[in-house]
Order: sequence, then structure tokens, then C-alpha cells
Amino acid sequence: MSKNYNILIVGVGGQGVLLASEIISAVAMASDLDVKKSEVHGMSQRGGIVSSHIKIGPKVFSPTIGYGQADILISFEKAEGLRAVDWLKEDGTAIISTTSLVPAIVTSSKEFNYPENPIEKIKERCKNTISVSGDTIAGELGNPRLVNTILIGVLSNCLPFAKQIWVDTIGAKVKERFVELNLKAFDRGRALSHSAVEV
Amino acid sequence: MRELLSGNEAVARGAFEVGVRLAVAYPGTPSTEILETLADKFPSIYSQWSPNEKVAYEVGIGASIGGARTLVAMKHVGLNVAADPYMTHAYTGVNGGFVIISCDDPEMHSSQNEQDNRYFARFGQIPMLEPSDSQEAKDMLVNAYELSETFDTPVMLRLTTRISHSKGIVDLGQVVEGPDKKFVKDPSKYVMVPSHARKRHVIVEERIKKTAEFSESSPLNYVEDNGSDFGIITSGIAYQYAKEVAPDLDYFKIGMSYPLPMRKLAEFVKAHKQVLVVEELEPFFEDQLKAYGLKVEGKKYFGLQGELSPHRVAKGLKEAGFIDETIEASIAQEQGMFPRPPVLCPGCPHRGAFMALKKLKVTVTGDIGCYTLGVMEPLNALDTCICMGASIGNAIGMEKVGGSDKGTVAVIGDSTFLHSGITGILDAVYNNSNVTIIILDNRTTAMTGGQQHPATGLTLMGEQAGKIDIPDIVRALGVKRVFDLDPYDYDATLNLIKQELDANEPSVIITSRPCVLMPKRIMAEPFVVDLELCNGCSACFKISCPAILASSETNKHGHPKAEIDPTICTGCTLCTQVCAPEAIILKSQFVKV
Repeated sequence: MSKNYNILIVGVGGQGVLLASEIISAVAMASDLDVKKSEVHGMSQRGGIVSSHIKIGPKVFSPTIGYGQADILISFEKAEGLRAVDWLKEDGTAIISTTSLVPAIVTSSKEFNYPENPIEKIKERCKNTISVSGDTIAGELGNPRLVNTILIGVLSNCLPFAKQIWVDTIGAKVKERFVELNLKAFDRGRALSHSAVEV
Repeated sequence: MRELLSGNEAVARGAFEVGVRLAVAYPGTPSTEILETLADKFPSIYSQWSPNEKVAYEVGIGASIGGARTLVAMKHVGLNVAADPYMTHAYTGVNGGFVIISCDDPEMHSSQNEQDNRYFARFGQIPMLEPSDSQEAKDMLVNAYELSETFDTPVMLRLTTRISHSKGIVDLGQVVEGPDKKFVKDPSKYVMVPSHARKRHVIVEERIKKTAEFSESSPLNYVEDNGSDFGIITSGIAYQYAKEVAPDLDYFKIGMSYPLPMRKLAEFVKAHKQVLVVEELEPFFEDQLKAYGLKVEGKKYFGLQGELSPHRVAKGLKEAGFIDETIEASIAQEQGMFPRPPVLCPGCPHRGAFMALKKLKVTVTGDIGCYTLGVMEPLNALDTCICMGASIGNAIGMEKVGGSDKGTVAVIGDSTFLHSGITGILDAVYNNSNVTIIILDNRTTAMTGGQQHPATGLTLMGEQAGKIDIPDIVRALGVKRVFDLDPYDYDATLNLIKQELDANEPSVIITSRPCVLMPKRIMAEPFVVDLELCNGCSACFKISCPAILASSETNKHGHPKAEIDPTICTGCTLCTQVCAPEAIILKSQFVKV
């Protein structure tokens, strides 16, 4: 890998953003690259926005990504994907789950609205947008908490790492009784992005 | 061996490598994981949570005087609590090496202010090191102990959120044995009566001159010469941002941030056409450099508030003419987007208290913890939040001047009460206040991730401990009106608070439901909404539960009816108690016709 990859993961507290970023960073480290990642703990875990910046390459300085500097944006929630779209490079890739989580502040007040068709709006800004029915696939696999691993599967086709490294890392980072299920979720995502990218 | 470690994990690793024997802290974001990692990964080091930072610091002083290499960690505002021992400890110096880790929180990701604790090093006249990544966090901790023992001084290692919580690759080092020391009686050094302290102050001033000489020759401060006319003086995370956006300029990278190597810095400034100081928060370096007569600029271009970022640094460098290009991303999408503030969890035991306080329209003085989230819409039931323990004093003052017509209630969590609420209650009793105080006892330090405290019965290292009984303490302080309350019972909560507002003496209500997340997740059978019964009144939306969502069905006014996310509903029942049409029913009892 001669260039740096900047990957921004966003979601809502409880969606597994931090585990996903652990897995991606460990894959890069196993591939002998410099890695930095940054996220903020504390308040953000209480249903707020969670984001994790991951930077991979021969030499990384800042652990955070600047506006317009992300090669890949992964969002576990579609409106959060829209909120984060400014971080993407013009030729960046967006991997967005169609999941929608509407917070109480929107349902209880007239002041705020959940955006209409956020994925369409992301596509206006980013040609390479891969929309993933994360909830549906997770539902088929029998566990709603698998959206993060499905999206990692999609991501794996965008990065130059061998599949086996992903499989080994998921095996090491996920609780033992969930490994098999997570590997299935990874495969579903990985299969999906091949076709999605080609379309 | 290489590992991907956060700055906090790297500090813990450094403590292991350098032979620290005692580590002590009170949890506080972003510092908490230092002690958690020590207890988890390096149990050969004795580590403990203290009830607050002042006690933690004092335990640390004792260990250091007793001969051990000692680590004390806290968030920036924690050092305010510990400032009393800190300032005089600078006079006594150390026996075993002593390092105070200050984790500052620029941008206030999880804090009430963004004070720049580099001034504390200058205030106390002690040396300070400032790492810019995880590797340096580990290595500089080792350097800090050498400095501490060489110059007989406490040393500050100053981290910021982005250093503490960013991960980077760390080359692990060899484990060395710390010096084997014991306490040596020396009242002139350790007993700070005026006659001794006057002599020690002279030593403090001589010591800081010696450490300034060390700073001049230390490799912790170094120049990166890329043959540019433009120079940047920087430290910590700001160094990484600047290197990312302008790798080819010349750099003076400061690792020892106090005392500064002024002669070396002057040489650097004079060797360049123009020099900028890139530092987060206050002009700590800039002011000192200007006072020394050097021509530098900084804050003019980078601002005083919030975190820096590659984007902000690039903008400042461009404005100053240091670089030509910046990436000007259009920041269009975020405008007009709904906010997604953190909220109380589904089933949070604090919710019932805030629902009642909102209903009663009383003035609520708040404190530091998850329950500070009671300020958020739609609950909007908190009127003050200043610092740890402040709620009780605030309420007493408000009540003494009759500042609130509907009465004043203080809310404080269990860990915060033990940290610095006890003296507040003492004040209420002593000064005949009639405030009502609610101790929101969820039996953990929840906001920082569920740490043990003196009333949980376990220590940081997982040992059984004497379990402090909070009602007993309150009674022992002289409060006669002490009540136990189930905050899942909305009517009981409402009635008890109403009753105690009328009492002519201090009352303490202690809520008795554990946190639903920690130490173990509590889930009962979830509820569902019968959409045929739901009339879309939105009363349940107003309790601000993340499990209650808008369904796609609406009532005749077009308002959405409710639905409940069964994967996160904990079955706490609070929403059922505000639902007039009784449309919220247990999942097992819901029969779809």
C-alpha cells in the first residue's frame, strides 16, 4: 500500500462502531502498516453520535481525518451518513446502511425533522455510494446487532487486504460464541459489495 | 513486540515498564482507562480508586514519600479538586518518583470546561512533558520518572482527549526495576510549617532553573530541519495536525512543555523568516515566547477555543502565508440537520425523578454524571451544573435568598455524593437549610463506564471491600428526613418530592434502582404499543426514552402514534404510567385481533 486510506465510521451509541473500528485497525496492523484511530468516549455512548476515524498507510500523523479527506465513509444509520458526508473526498466511497433511528428530540418536537431520502442526498454528493439493507440482512441472520459486521464485509472489497486476515481478526476480536454468526454476516456483506460495486 | 494502544493504555504500559508500585485515581473522562488498564493488564501494580482526586493525590504523596514510584491520574478538572495537596507537594518534592497525569479535554467532549492545565505546571513550578502520540505517552512516562527522581520534583504528564483516546502502534520496552527505597525521616522536607516551607520555596525556584537547563539539552525538545524559511513551534496533538497538512516546513517539536528551552527556541525563531506557534487552547507557549522578546504569532490564526484539527491548522497556516492550498470542503449538509444529543438510556432509573421534577416545575440544581443529561429536551429538568458536588451548595444558596418560587431540589449521583457531596449536606444541616436533596443512587460511577466506588463493595482490583451505606452516612450527618424511593414508581416519586418541598428542614431522598447497563445489563419483558388504542398524544415521547419511536401511523391531527423498539426496551414501566389511553402493554399480553 503506497497511499494512505482514511476511513470514517459513524453511527449511534450501541451500534458497534467501536468494535468495527477495532477490527479494521487490527487488520491493517496485521498487514504491517502504520495505523492510528481516534474516537471519543463518554457522553457519546448515551444514544448520541459515535464516530471513529481510522487512518492506515506507510506513515500516519494526525489520528483524525480532516473535512473532505475520507476515502471511505461507513455509516450504520442513514441520516448519520448524510451528516458525515462532508468528510468524504470527491472521489470517495460511501457505504451506508439503510437503518434509520429517529431520536426522541425529533419525535417530540416540531422544530426538527428527520431528512427525507438521506441516501439519495448522499448519492448527490458521492457517486460511489453503496446502500446496504443492513437491518434486513441482520434480521435474516437472526441478530439485529450484526449490521456493523455486514458493513465491514462490504468494506473489505474496498481495501487491499486478503480475506483470511479479515476472518482471523474477526475471530480474535468478537466474543467466541458470536464468531460464527459474525463471519456469516461478513460473508453476506462481502458478497453484496461485489455486485453493488459492479452495478 | 508492537501493540495498538490508546494513549491511556500506553501510559499504563509505561507504568509497568518503569516499575510503578502504586497507582491511584478517581475516574474521569478522558483519563479513566489508565487505571482500568493497570488493574486489568498489570495486576502486579497496586492500583486503586479513591473517593475523589484530592484523596487520590494525597494517597500518591504518601506512597512516594514511602519510597515507591507512584502514578496519580485525573481529568483536567480533577486537578482543581487536588490543587491543595498539589501546590504544596511541589514544595516537598518526592522520595520515589511521582508523576501526575492530567488528561485535558479540549472541545469538552465530556467536561464542563476546557481549562488548559499546562498553566498548572507553571503555577506549581514543576516540569511537564507533553506526548503527541501513544508511543510518546509510554516513553515520556519513563522519562518523567527519571526527571522526578533526578530533580526531586513531582512531574506532570499532560495528555488531551485525542492523545488519551487515539490508538497508535507502540513498540513495547523492557521492564526495569524501580529503585528500592523506604521512608526516610526528614521533617524539613515533608512537614510544611512556615519555617520549613520558606526554605523549600527557595529550593523550588532553584529546581525550576535546573530543569530549564535540562530542557535546553533534552532530546525531548528537537528541531526538524527541512530547509524552510517558515518555522512552526508546536507540541502534543497539534504537532500531528501540522505535520499532516504541512510536512515540509521546519518544526520545533516541544516534548518538555515546562520549563521551555528558551535559548534553543530563540535560536530557532531567529533562524527563520517567520515562526508560528501551533498550540491547542491557551497561548501558553506564545505568551512566554513573546515575553522573552521573540517575534512569533499563533492564536491570531488558530483561535483559543475548542480542539484543533487538520482542517483548522491548515486554514490558519494558509492565512499566515505558510502554505498555499487547503482543502475547502463545503460544509453544507450539517446545517438544518436534527441534533442527536446523548440521552438517558432506556430504563435509566434517573428518568422517573426528572419526569417528576419537570412536572413540579421546581428549580433543580444539578451535578456531574449521567443525570446531567436531564437538561436535554424534551426533559429539560436541570437548571445548574458547575462541578462535582456543587448541586447541594447551589441549592442551599438559592434557597437562602428565596431565588426560586417553586422551591429548589438538588440532584446528585451516588459516586458524586461520595466524591464531594457529603460536605454539602453537612452545610445544609449546620445552616438550617430546608433544601430537598435527591441522591440518584444507581450503585456505580455510570457516566465514565461503571467504575466501583466506596458504596459498591468492590475495589478497582476486584477485591471485596467495606461497603459504605449511603442512608447511614446521611443520617450520621444529622439529616432526620431520609427516604428510600423507587424511581420507577412515578406517582410515589412525584408525591414524595412534593411532600419534602414543604418540609422545614433538609430532606434527602435516595432513589434505589441500579444502572440498567452496569455492572450487568438489566432487561425485563418489553412493552408494545397497541396502535388501535394509541391516540398520538405524545405524552410518552416527552419522557425522552430512546426505545419509544414514532410509528408510521398518525392520529386525526396528523401526529405520529408511538411504537416501542423491543430490542432496547427494558420494561421499566415508566411510559405506561403516563399513557392515558393505556395503549402500552406487555408484549406477552398483546393480542392482535
